[in-house]
Amino acid sequence: MTLYGFIFYVLGILIAVATALAITRRQPIHAVLYLIVAFLATAALFFLLGAPLLAAFVVILNAGAIMVLILFGIMLFQRSPRELGLRPEWGPATLLGVVFLAVTVAMIFKDPGSGILLQGAVAKPGDFGYFLFGRYWLAIEIVSILYLVVLVAIIHLGRRRGGGGDEAEGRAREVHE
Amino acid sequence: MIVPLGHVFILAGLVFCMGLVCLVARRNLIMTLVGVEVMMNAAAIAFVAAALRWKLMEGQAFMLFILAMAAAEVSVGLALIVGVFRLTGSLDPDRYDILKW
Repeated sequence: MTLYGFIFYVLGILIAVATALAITRRQPIHAVLYLIVAFLATAALFFLLGAPLLAAFVVILNAGAIMVLILFGIMLFQRSPRELGLRPEWGPATLLGVVFLAVTVAMIFKDPGSGILLQGAVAKPGDFGYFLFGRYWLAIEIVSILYLVVLVAIIHLGRRRGGGGDEAEGRAREVHE
Repeated sequence: MIVPLGHVFILAGLVFCMGLVCLVARRNLIMTLVGVEVMMNAAAIAFVAAALRWKLMEGQAFMLFILAMAAAEVSVGLALIVGVFRLTGSLDPDRYDILKW
């Protein structure tokens, strides 16, 4: 086993253990903190798999922005102990997950291509950027439109209902004018 | 980097299954969002491994789109949860039985 292979297995175990701890914590805050560990290990794995730009994006977006967003979301809600438990369907859900995993592993071992050793290669960030904006520029634009739609949706959903959101806005506008 | 492709896929499958169980079994809506995040993370690992296997950058490009979609999904999901929490005062989906907005 080479050094890179050793690093891969260490990172893989780290991701699996951190994710398993994250999904079994009772408190969502602990889950999010373990998930940050899992995302940082995933970023290191992407670096190992030759995607340094994506590793940086995972640190910035997943481990940074999304997790902080969920942390702020947790702080908005008052917790009640009833929500921390499991649903009654947890037994069939776990069974489903185990069966799904068994089928996945069986399929992977059945496939002769799965034994192929990965050879190291790095997609340089500059080359990757040229490739992305050369061939997938339309998809990038669609993603930006998606963000615009998301912004509109969040502003719409975040409006206060019933308690006179429009009136409050109107009052604020009058004061402003 | 001398690792069989199958091992990376097994890691991705394991993480995906854990996300699936978290999505179905947990009562808290925030943990449901966390489960979806874990599943997207697993899909991203599989995409990047496939990109390295076939030496094509398409896999990495689509992983970038997965990332962008995950960010959008979490923000809209949290906004929906905040709205429904204002309405019912609970994060438990079993409590959402009033059928009125």
